[in-house]
Amino acid sequence: MTDEQPLDSFSPKGPLEQRWTQHKYNLRVVSPANRKRYRVIVVGTGLAGASAAASLAEMGYQVKTFCFQDSPRRAHSIAAQGGINAAKNYHNDGDSVWRLFYDMIKGGDFRARESNVFRLAELSTSIIDQAVAQGVPFAREYSGYLANRSFGGAQVSRTFYARGQTGQQLLLGAYQAMSRQIAEGHIEHFSRCEMQDLIKIDGKAKGIVVRDLLTGELSSHLADCVVLCTGGYSNAFYLSTNAKGCNTSAIWRAHKHGALFANPCFTQIHPTCIPQHGELQSKLTLMSESLRNDGRIWAPKNPADCGRDPRDILEQDRDYFLERMYPAFGNLVPRDIASRAVKHICDDGRGVGHEINGQKLGVYLDFADAIKEQGADVINEKYGNLFDMYQRITSEDPTKQPMRIYPAVHYTMGGLWVDYNLMTSVDGLFAGGEANFSDHGANRLGASALMQGLADGYFILPTTVSDYLARQTPLEDKYYPEVQQAMNYSQSRLDRLLNAPEPKQTPDHFHRRLGKILWDHCGMARNEFALKQAIEEIQQLREQFWREIKISGNDKQLNQTLERAGRVADFMELGELMCIDALSREESCGCHARVEHLTSNGEVQRRDNDFGFVSAWQFTGDVVQPKLIKEPLHFDFVSPGIRNYQ
Amino acid sequence: MNFILHIWRQASPQDDGFFEKHELEVEAESSFLEMLDALNERLIGLGKEAIVFDHDCREGICGSCSLVINGEPHGRHQATTTCQQYMRDYHDQNELWIEPWRATAFPVIKDLMVDRSAFDRIIQAGGYIPVRTGAAPEANTQPVAKPVADKAFDAATCIGCGACVAVCPNASATLFIAAKVSHLSSLPQGQLDTKRPARMLARMEAEGFGSCSNYRECERVCPKQIGTDTISKMNKLLYQR
Repeated sequence: MTDEQPLDSFSPKGPLEQRWTQHKYNLRVVSPANRKRYRVIVVGTGLAGASAAASLAEMGYQVKTFCFQDSPRRAHSIAAQGGINAAKNYHNDGDSVWRLFYDMIKGGDFRARESNVFRLAELSTSIIDQAVAQGVPFAREYSGYLANRSFGGAQVSRTFYARGQTGQQLLLGAYQAMSRQIAEGHIEHFSRCEMQDLIKIDGKAKGIVVRDLLTGELSSHLADCVVLCTGGYSNAFYLSTNAKGCNTSAIWRAHKHGALFANPCFTQIHPTCIPQHGELQSKLTLMSESLRNDGRIWAPKNPADCGRDPRDILEQDRDYFLERMYPAFGNLVPRDIASRAVKHICDDGRGVGHEINGQKLGVYLDFADAIKEQGADVINEKYGNLFDMYQRITSEDPTKQPMRIYPAVHYTMGGLWVDYNLMTSVDGLFAGGEANFSDHGANRLGASALMQGLADGYFILPTTVSDYLARQTPLEDKYYPEVQQAMNYSQSRLDRLLNAPEPKQTPDHFHRRLGKILWDHCGMARNEFALKQAIEEIQQLREQFWREIKISGNDKQLNQTLERAGRVADFMELGELMCIDALSREESCGCHARVEHLTSNGEVQRRDNDFGFVSAWQFTGDVVQPKLIKEPLHFDFVSPGIRNYQ
Repeated sequence: MNFILHIWRQASPQDDGFFEKHELEVEAESSFLEMLDALNERLIGLGKEAIVFDHDCREGICGSCSLVINGEPHGRHQATTTCQQYMRDYHDQNELWIEPWRATAFPVIKDLMVDRSAFDRIIQAGGYIPVRTGAAPEANTQPVAKPVADKAFDAATCIGCGACVAVCPNASATLFIAAKVSHLSSLPQGQLDTKRPARMLARMEAEGFGSCSNYRECERVCPKQIGTDTISKMNKLLYQR
């Protein structure tokens, strides 16, 4: 593959609304009697993985599933709060598959494929039907019908929710469907197992090496294809809203075996998180962005006021900066715009709250006016659970004093490059959910992550994996030298981690430092100079890591320090690719803001003619020299417009 | 803040465990698990094995964290998980005893980590809708009254942490099962399976959990405040044909 031959996504042609239907008809199927001859490995059992495994097993394939948690029920999909979009048009307010499609294409700032996004919008309605049939307790109206709300600035009410725990309920639905298949013997599940390497036989993905996290034992598992649903890589930043265990290791291993990594710099930063309180903090907590419906965001005009009790700061000394900068949308501007504005204020020395590395990182989100206008009861009714959560973490009462918020990394739109069938550039290796890059372009809209994970798992992968299997002969059980090779590689990597020449620093020490480099240079605002500096710093840090990483205990036992070190080692390499990608994309789009390409109002400026493509990076054998392969994006049904929120 | 910590160390399920004493200075703003992180950083620096404990989301929803702090599963602050405990909650104490869940059906794996896979096997015994759902009819063809749906949701919020078992003098998993049964069996989609409670309870017994004798400690420590009314509901279903 060369730069001259652009990547082909194998997207179907023809009318958009018929593409998936026609494509499904063109795909092959395996006869029910033959399905049990085929084996499928699914790594990761969050929304995408659990739903894919349950569906494939129900069809009759032999499925093996793996997760690093102690149960599939604990995957981080469980923490999604807001909801899941579906173009049901229950409110009869003008919603349609076409409108959801358009909203997502626009929200992604015209950096996603039309075919994929339309398919996602089309499948959205079936997801709700399936989830309800599984007993997912969505919110309902008094009529007994399903309730919807408008979410994340959408102009129609299409978000289905289960209080603030939509991700939990959908994940448990998929987990239960998976449990049923385990009980029936169609799924063999392995908890507390972490993928170490991909096994390729004759160029095709045929298995994985896993480490049993309890015994430390390495084992190989073979199948006729491999599906990775291992989530996103926000934890490259160390502090993020992801769970502590979320990692990039599985997809990074796949990348090093030839799977292209698409748009690694597209990382979403959520404006309303609880600010960091200290250097030793382990994670950040997201507060639903619904808070911005009634809360007013402000910072002191005068840096001298930043240390004062906010209630003593007079009205004329406050800067309601979002209302000032974006009078039409005010506090409700999209996530990326709000996040950048907050950063700008704090960089200006007007941040409030705890000081981190000499800078106060936080602004106020104030409910005093809303309480005055609507009454404390109304505001408590709407946000009570969020206020409780905030108070639990900060010991401050948001009804008595303004909340403090600061942006945090939340979701990664980038991931393994996949074609329309969700197959990566490695034959037989599929990727679903946040692990792939497929549908969100440069920015993900609220309530569409759950939708994508489940569309991939319940509907797309079962169809496309079947087509792939129909073209394979079941893998023979015999000795393959590639298996031993992968086992040896996995062991040598563990040995290298455990035997650094000058062991000094813990995995967390290196992870924090990497996170700071990425956050400072490849975070909310990026520029050429800083990115080049970051690349250099990461290379130095990586060298130091392999020289000084200190891990107590050994690899033949439960060793959480070793697990962390292995994950950090992969983040070190991915982090550099994120910066290289951000450097090469000389435009701003969605979450990717290059300061060289912002309008005077701070809006992102796309360069469609030069950058209307997906950046897919190929591993060349040298981490510092990845090769860029482009997949041009065509817009036949919508014309790329300017995202304007002023 | 200064704390004397007595932390349960146990090398393997077969080994005997013991309390190991540490002294640590922590910030009041630090979370309980961040306090353990800091201690582990120190231990690794000294070349000693880090203390093993389960944790993941650190926002109270995944159900991984599972510590008994001074005799209380999930610590002294009610209606939340271990990861949402903060050191400032312990300003009036300077000695903390930190232990794993203790129950025959939850054997200790190492230090503060226990094996809760029995919960997965209980779900596999019937905690699901036993039909194909991939081509389900339009969701609104079967309305569910709001009070019924709300009640089902309340029960469905269980995070499977196992605090109910850890606190129960019988180490019973009845509340865990009752929550799942109340969730599924009160919805029309779940009423097909009338044997669900019986099968799940049989599995519970086989796994080595005790039975319920109405101490009701479980609802007191449940981080999601699931009530024992779910148990009454399950018992009613158990004896109806």
